[in-house]
Amino acid sequence: MERAGSIQFFDEMQGQGGETRTPYREFCEWFDAEEPSRIHRKAQQAEAFFRTTGITFAVYGQDEADERLIPFDVVPRIIAASEWRRLSRGIEQRVRALNAFLHDIYHRQEILRAGRVPTELISRNEAFLPMMMGMDPPGGVYTHISGIDIVRTGANEFYVLEDNARTPSGVSYMLENRETMLQMFPELFAKVPVREVSDYPINLLRSLSACAPPMCGGTPTVAVLTPGIHNSAYFEHSFLADQMGAELVEGHDLRVVNGRVAMRTTQGYKPIDVLYRRVDDDFLDPLNFRPDSVLGVPGIWDVYRAGGITIANAPGTGIADDKALYSYMPDIIEFYTGEKALLPNVPTWRCSEPEHLKEVLDRLPELVVKEVHGSGGYGMLVGPAASKKEIAAFRAKLEANPRGYIAQPTLSLSTVPIFTRNGLAPRHVDLRPFVLMSPAGITITPGGLTRVAMTKGSLVVNSSQGGGTKDTWVLED
Amino acid sequence: MLGKTAGALYWMARYLERSENNARLIEAGFRIALTRSNTAQAEWRSVLVTAGSDRRFKEAHGDYNSSRVVDFLLRDPANPSSIISVVKQARDNARTARTYLTREVWEAVNTSWMTLGALMKRQVREDDLPDVLAAIRQQSAQVRGAWTGTMLRNDGYNFARLGTFLERADNTARILDVKYFLLLPSVAHIGSSIDNVQWETILRSVSAHRAYRWLYGTEISALKIAEFLILYKQMPRSLAFCCDKMLENLDWLQRSYGQETEAGRMATAICRDRLSRPIQSIFDGGLHEYITDFLRANAALARQIERDYRFVE
Repeated sequence: MERAGSIQFFDEMQGQGGETRTPYREFCEWFDAEEPSRIHRKAQQAEAFFRTTGITFAVYGQDEADERLIPFDVVPRIIAASEWRRLSRGIEQRVRALNAFLHDIYHRQEILRAGRVPTELISRNEAFLPMMMGMDPPGGVYTHISGIDIVRTGANEFYVLEDNARTPSGVSYMLENRETMLQMFPELFAKVPVREVSDYPINLLRSLSACAPPMCGGTPTVAVLTPGIHNSAYFEHSFLADQMGAELVEGHDLRVVNGRVAMRTTQGYKPIDVLYRRVDDDFLDPLNFRPDSVLGVPGIWDVYRAGGITIANAPGTGIADDKALYSYMPDIIEFYTGEKALLPNVPTWRCSEPEHLKEVLDRLPELVVKEVHGSGGYGMLVGPAASKKEIAAFRAKLEANPRGYIAQPTLSLSTVPIFTRNGLAPRHVDLRPFVLMSPAGITITPGGLTRVAMTKGSLVVNSSQGGGTKDTWVLED
Repeated sequence: MLGKTAGALYWMARYLERSENNARLIEAGFRIALTRSNTAQAEWRSVLVTAGSDRRFKEAHGDYNSSRVVDFLLRDPANPSSIISVVKQARDNARTARTYLTREVWEAVNTSWMTLGALMKRQVREDDLPDVLAAIRQQSAQVRGAWTGTMLRNDGYNFARLGTFLERADNTARILDVKYFLLLPSVAHIGSSIDNVQWETILRSVSAHRAYRWLYGTEISALKIAEFLILYKQMPRSLAFCCDKMLENLDWLQRSYGQETEAGRMATAICRDRLSRPIQSIFDGGLHEYITDFLRANAALARQIERDYRFVE
């Protein structure tokens, strides 16, 4: 097997030594007995399957006709039952803390009074929504759906890289990857006991329905709000609506009628109870937020405040996944749960603090620097992979606006092999488990989305930057 | 269902029907261009007029050069009626209505967009044209098969069918509108035959030259051809067939929604006043006037359907 480079990374299949790790044993037995040409053929079938199904995404700034596939790798990422137990406990704790934090920030702000999080981090933050102060979202839930990005650096070392509490995407890939694997290698699932993921859509529908607003009478009507067919995640929006049996609406399908948000049907306007929105806060309501937005619904905010609709995730949740706030997560968890964080944070330098900034500037070539408000792997610097010129340019940006950045050590992300023409080759991966929250509790789908950097040595797994995905298996006990 | 979704299903079906109709027009035009080079220019012009693209073509290209016309009709992205544009719009609408389509239908529409896009990446050579046209027919047959075999017979189904028949009626009427002058002179002399190649082209444009033969034998008259295309209810592209179907779909919707609509009344009126009369009376009143009036009524019906079922705000 090809090596990832001079540094020794933890490979989830081979460990550090070279003996196949337990969770992968059955898979490897199967794999070793297979003809590579057959797997290669299956991999090509998978690509055709993704294309006909339309599991494509548009890359912003590129030709409209250019629809791309996210590369799919046929080697699954396998997590042992015991590993998953540990991870899911940590994830659940974190999501509870995020919700408690959001409730607190939009009510009494105890954590600020206690001095555990600096006040200006909230008050000067664009993601903070003053209009949410004192509001109680139906069911008390803020983050109905969240994605907690996790990286691994060793046999027992897991870190939370980032929290996604706005509109985390990728869950459709988690589901379609499994569907694809089942179609291509059904015999594999008879051999290896893998936990199901296919109940995610029904859990999502249950979870959203459990958060119905006070004005809802009877079975809640759930709809998914999408910016439209040209949005890069449109496939996922229509997929989820389809799987839940919910309507897929755009802003122009909706208006406020008799104090409710209603959708224009062929037989007139019908009220919606729960809106799973896949548009940002800014675009929700042109009357109350951005006046130039055509994606949202004029007046939805007033209906929300009056208890006429549930918006999932609640407006203003962005304050919880802000990268500047990330470094305070261990404190936040301790403050609300009284426990130490089960999953550690990646050590983080806040460039807004002069001492931190100085250290970051000194060590730029070895660090990863991220925009506080960035996402999708855009606008970040991966020091070890950057040229002198790129580093110099980034240094200038950083000095001009230190508040806009955080820095982290370049982690030795674990690898999982991908299937290449020349056999298996290790590539770096991360993991995004999807978490549902409702008054009835927290549901975490076993596994999540594994993203993989397809290029040798690369640490950037984002699909917008050429990253691929893998099916993620959590083994039965 | 959402008004937008109903509209997307309706338009998806219209565009799919249009791609097939335009392919048929190209096929008939190409045949004439090959066999009768002296009338090729006029024939291409009438194809363009029927497809509603003549003005745009003239502005961009000027004279009716065969390969330029074919390229314009097949794959010019600047021509909203080109096969490529129309298939793309069908797919966009299918994407909008994705949650209402079965996986089979969506994949058939998506596959035809991918397949035809790949086939027409470069200008199609004359000797490849028959294959490309065959592929268009085949793709649309696949969509139709998936549609018939897998879709629930619900409101969405009826909206899409409405789109199909509205578009088809419009297409047949346009063909007559462009060609009526060929049919007219012979009416005065009963029994005189019209130009064989020309009438065959008309029938080929609606894939019915063999059906006509079965039905009327060797008797080729303007009256019979017009009767066949306008009033003959067993012919799936005749105006009477299409309007009957539309009426069925609208009736279904009215019953299911428990709501009578203006569109329903308009469709009833079209069937009663325009399609339940002998062909001779249509000729007496003027074929051209009749067709013009039908096209107007059909377009008004289309607008009314959009209003009654709230496709747009």
